[in-house]
Amino acid sequence: MTRSTSTFQLSHVRQIKAGITALDDLSLEIPPGQITALIGPSGAGKSALLRLLNRLDDPTAGEIRYRGQPIVDIPVRTLRCRVGFVFQNPVAFPGTVRDNLALAASIAEVPADEIDGRITRSARLADVDGELLDRPADRLSGGQLQRVNIARALTTGPETLLMDEPTASLDPETADTIGHTIACLSSQHGLTVVMASHRIAEAKELAGYAVMLDKGAVVEAGPASDLFQSSHPRLRAFLSGVG
Amino acid sequence: MLALPQSADVLQNAMIDLTVLDLTLAAGLILIAIGLSYRQKIGLTRDLVIGAVRTVVQLVLVGYVLVYIFALDRWYLVVATLLMMLAVAAWTAGGRQDHPTRQLYGILGLAMLLGSGLTLVYVGSLVVRADPWYDPRYLIPLFGMIIGNAMNAASLAAERLAGEMEARRAEVEAYLALGASPARATEDAVRRATRASMIPMVNSLMVVGIVALPGMMTGQIIAGASPLSAVRYQIVVMFMLVAAVTVTGTLVPLWYRDTFFTEAEQLRGTGN
Repeated sequence: MTRSTSTFQLSHVRQIKAGITALDDLSLEIPPGQITALIGPSGAGKSALLRLLNRLDDPTAGEIRYRGQPIVDIPVRTLRCRVGFVFQNPVAFPGTVRDNLALAASIAEVPADEIDGRITRSARLADVDGELLDRPADRLSGGQLQRVNIARALTTGPETLLMDEPTASLDPETADTIGHTIACLSSQHGLTVVMASHRIAEAKELAGYAVMLDKGAVVEAGPASDLFQSSHPRLRAFLSGVG
Repeated sequence: MLALPQSADVLQNAMIDLTVLDLTLAAGLILIAIGLSYRQKIGLTRDLVIGAVRTVVQLVLVGYVLVYIFALDRWYLVVATLLMMLAVAAWTAGGRQDHPTRQLYGILGLAMLLGSGLTLVYVGSLVVRADPWYDPRYLIPLFGMIIGNAMNAASLAAERLAGEMEARRAEVEAYLALGASPARATEDAVRRATRASMIPMVNSLMVVGIVALPGMMTGQIIAGASPLSAVRYQIVVMFMLVAAVTVTGTLVPLWYRDTFFTEAEQLRGTGN
């Protein structure tokens, strides 16, 4: 993979949080236009890695490039509009679902006459039921609110979406339907998705590329079809452990 | 119809001077409080004793200092006194916080300086028009009232903002992750902090004169002033306190907010 074709390129990244090494000399390339699954045990560094990619945190050492450009050279608000983030625990901003999406549009400085269209589009992409748009966001179910969070992230018009265990707090059925939505975002709309997941079945089904992390380092990375067949002992131990 | 009595007619009696014996008798009241606290095991006996001693020592000292300052009548002594009051207020407001930093002390001090200083200049030059401008008989008591209220506002605003930032970490990060500025991400938290700092003052405005007669008004009346004159002063005092509290309570959260973020607009305490 060449430098220019990677969405993200991480070189010797180290991240120390509160005296604990979360990422240790990690080098990695993340391909564009598909879903990359980050897998690994708790504390492996999946969330820490995702947070570096839209600069919610900065690494202690090393360099991260986005589409060939060092991310520290991209104005941070521009980067965050281009690289959306969906958290494990969805957050409702005050007001209705429409207010939530309109707020994201105003942050991204979407022209006033385009805001309604942008809201409709992002709600459709995230499979947010049209009837929900005028409901208070804080009265939605967990699954509905996570969809609203995905729609809100899409409203800024990102090229890449980072998702930190987006289905972890949901029941299996809701998690499956959101997984389907994520798959469509990538396959039909060309969005690059980097998703931390502890559901191996979900990662296998959705991801085109996969990265196994352990103790802040890359154990193995490659096309998902190859990685899940790998004979690497640490990877096999993890996969057999989680079923 | 009852005629309103002329103020001069009402005020024939000069203020009763209190003797040391009178003060000793008054100490009986604090002994009652200390005795009750001890008997009921409230856990404040020691604080009450220390507080009572401090009250006597501090007030007696202040009395002598004020006599000295009034007698010397020098502008720089008055200004130095006001600055010392400000420094003690900033120190006290900062000490009330869970995580006071040097930066926070600076923010509290500067916000109080602006809130209280502007109010004092306004009242001193436009309303009371003291002559000379630094007349300690006016400036020191007025500033004492202003800075006391500004200190409470600063303390409440900072404490509330810190609490809001702690409780809303996920929400603030969700805003930041969308590309929002820290100012946008914390609009609600800042507004709530300012509001919290102003509520005691607004409550006072609502009940002044009904539930309680303010200290300054009470003091003036006991000292022999006409209640009507005392009321006029009290109205000025209430308005100047509102101004000082509002300016201070607005500035503290606005400036304190920035300390929760890095230069790259990341929340501190998440690995930054």
